[in-house]
Amino acid sequence: MSQYQENATIIRFEQLTDTNIRLTLQTEEIAAAAKPGQFVMIRTGKSKDPLLRRPFSIHQTSSSGRIQILFKVTGRGTALLAHCKEGETLSVFGPLGHGFHIDPAKAACLIGGGMGVAPMLFLAKRICQMKKDTDTDLIILGGRNRSEIEPLLADFHFLDIGVMVATDDGSYGRHGLVTDVMKTISLPDNCTVYTCGPHLMMKEVFRQCRKKKIECQVSVESVMACGMGACLGCNMVAKNSRYVHVCSDGPVFNAEDLEWNL
Amino acid sequence: MEFVEDRDPFPDLRVKIGTLELQNPVLTASGTFGYAREFANLVNLYRLGGVVVKGISLFPRPGNPPPRIIETSCGMLNAIGLENVGVDRFITEKMPYLLGIDTPVIVNILGDSIEEYKHLTEKLTVVPGVSAIEVNISCPNVKKGGVAFGSDPDMAAAVTSVVKENTHLPVIVKLSPNVTDISQIAWAVQQAGADAVSLINTLVGMAVDLKTKRPRLANIIGGLSGPAIKPVALRMVYQVARSVSIPVIGIGGIETAEDALEFMLAGATAVQIGTANFINPRASEEVVEGITDYVIREKLHSVREMIGALDTE
Ligand SMILES: Cc1cc2nc3c(=O)[nH]c(=O)nc-3n(C[C@H](O)[C@H](O)[C@H](O)COP(=O)(O)OP(=O)(O)OC[C@H]3O[C@@H](n4cnc5c(N)ncnc54)[C@H](O)[C@@H]3O)c2cc1C
Ligand SMILES: Cc1cc2nc3c(=O)[nH]c(=O)nc-3n(C[C@H](O)[C@H](O)[C@H](O)COP(=O)(O)O)c2cc1C
Ligand code: FES
Repeated sequence: MSQYQENATIIRFEQLTDTNIRLTLQTEEIAAAAKPGQFVMIRTGKSKDPLLRRPFSIHQTSSSGRIQILFKVTGRGTALLAHCKEGETLSVFGPLGHGFHIDPAKAACLIGGGMGVAPMLFLAKRICQMKKDTDTDLIILGGRNRSEIEPLLADFHFLDIGVMVATDDGSYGRHGLVTDVMKTISLPDNCTVYTCGPHLMMKEVFRQCRKKKIECQVSVESVMACGMGACLGCNMVAKNSRYVHVCSDGPVFNAEDLEWNL
Repeated sequence: MEFVEDRDPFPDLRVKIGTLELQNPVLTASGTFGYAREFANLVNLYRLGGVVVKGISLFPRPGNPPPRIIETSCGMLNAIGLENVGVDRFITEKMPYLLGIDTPVIVNILGDSIEEYKHLTEKLTVVPGVSAIEVNISCPNVKKGGVAFGSDPDMAAAVTSVVKENTHLPVIVKLSPNVTDISQIAWAVQQAGADAVSLINTLVGMAVDLKTKRPRLANIIGGLSGPAIKPVALRMVYQVARSVSIPVIGIGGIETAEDALEFMLAGATAVQIGTANFINPRASEEVVEGITDYVIREKLHSVREMIGALDTE
């Protein structure tokens, strides 16, 4: 697995909502090497404060050597990123971690909530490349309201997989949570559920999967310093009270392997 | 026709730590560079002065619960809890790779008792590819009521003696800054036979979340590292270098060649790059490049001219 540190030019800066931003970055080597579910570490400024890079999932890659990230402003680092401009450069390090495992023989159900939508696009695109028939596949996306989810849908609608949407306030798609939608559909037995989103959402997705004995892959988060297995700072409790490191063992895990306190 | 400037393209960057000769004064700091392999496709490992690997204990340690790290102003706190695979797995799983990297490998060890340091030294000293031992004395002595070895001159000396008695390798003792008088500890370990001292380890600190009214680290307290600690580290290196005659290895917030050279002026023979590796995985090699340029530009005969050359008049 090769990683690269690139000075990436910001090709496009899109303010999707007050807090949500999509960045398109020119990163030749990272774009060529990336796999769905992997992430990059980005320096949010040139100064010593904030010191550490911030992790972001790869939203999609292009054959023209670009990657996209989708992020929400939640603190100092993301606030700085929200002020960058097209044409400027950012130090981007990646691709990092282990991504999703795709079995083309199985049906796929992708469930993304909030910023957890980010890795789902890259995954859906790769599934479409790998599988001849995606009729039994499904994507369920969730967000707070219409403005959060609507700008993201165009890219998904290009794909040959059905998309269902749920919003917390009912302003778009179904009124409710992605996990409510999940309850109303019958997943084929031979199916893998891929999910990313808030912890409680992933926990509920896993709970439903376990009941139906369906494989579930989750992309989880933790604080990170290095993103590459060197600092051991990103541990998370796995089954049998063992620790795993989110950056190097994950961020995608088989949900069975983690501790959910269900 | 352009003139090719007449200067030596390979300036003399060599330094000596006891009997260990380094091609340049730049090492990586324990716990910030994994077992070197993690950095192999980002850094030309053979260009470094050496690598210091993650602290190794006699038995595997799981480390502390999450969250283990939190960013602070110009720095970070960590409470990893010395997670490591244990010395036996280190020797069978990590050393074969390290044997092939063509740069000196310094193994950092830690124990809960004098006996543990002794056993660790006995096991490591016979392993091909180990160039030196760095002794982390910041951990608590479980047998003596949990007082850190590094905060008591007698205990620090006792650990140093036992390691020295059981190895022919150069022994570097890594000092904790969480003491009243670091020079006193440095003096004690020198008298006990240490070939060099390295400093500083992290400064004990904490961070609080006002919203949740909870400490930000599961361990409540942790070790501060990064640019925030550089002034403290420089001062301690300066003080220690004036009170011992063995080489001093400077550590603390070093990110660039300029930082490294400042430590050398203050009395450091070599330096270690720690937290900077997380932000720029190529930091250590870039420091080597920067020092090379400096020595050429300033027309020094060798980088050793910088050691302790601070002008305090
Ligand atoms: C593998 C991985 C992939 C990620 N992908 C995305 C993505 O695609 N889009 C996106 O918007 N965000 C993503 N995140 C979360 C993102 O990294 C954090 O939101 C970001 O680091 C916050 O930085 P900040 O400086 O703005 O906030 P800080 O000022 O550092 O903190 C603000 C708040 O965010 C929390 N926070 C800080 N770091 C993290 C973190 N790593 N994970 C979760 N919460 C954190 C803090 O506890 C605090 O409450 C991902 C995280 C990981 C580990
Ligand atoms: C995540 C992390 C893990 C560390 N682990 C060790 C260790 O195992 N043994 C040790 O002697 N020092 C350890 N240190 C301390 C560093 O080697 C170094 O002394 C300290 O971080 C100060 O240097 P810096 O500011 O350049 O990081 C660790 C530091 C960090 C940040
Ligand atoms: S973030 Fe450093 S080991 Fe995972």
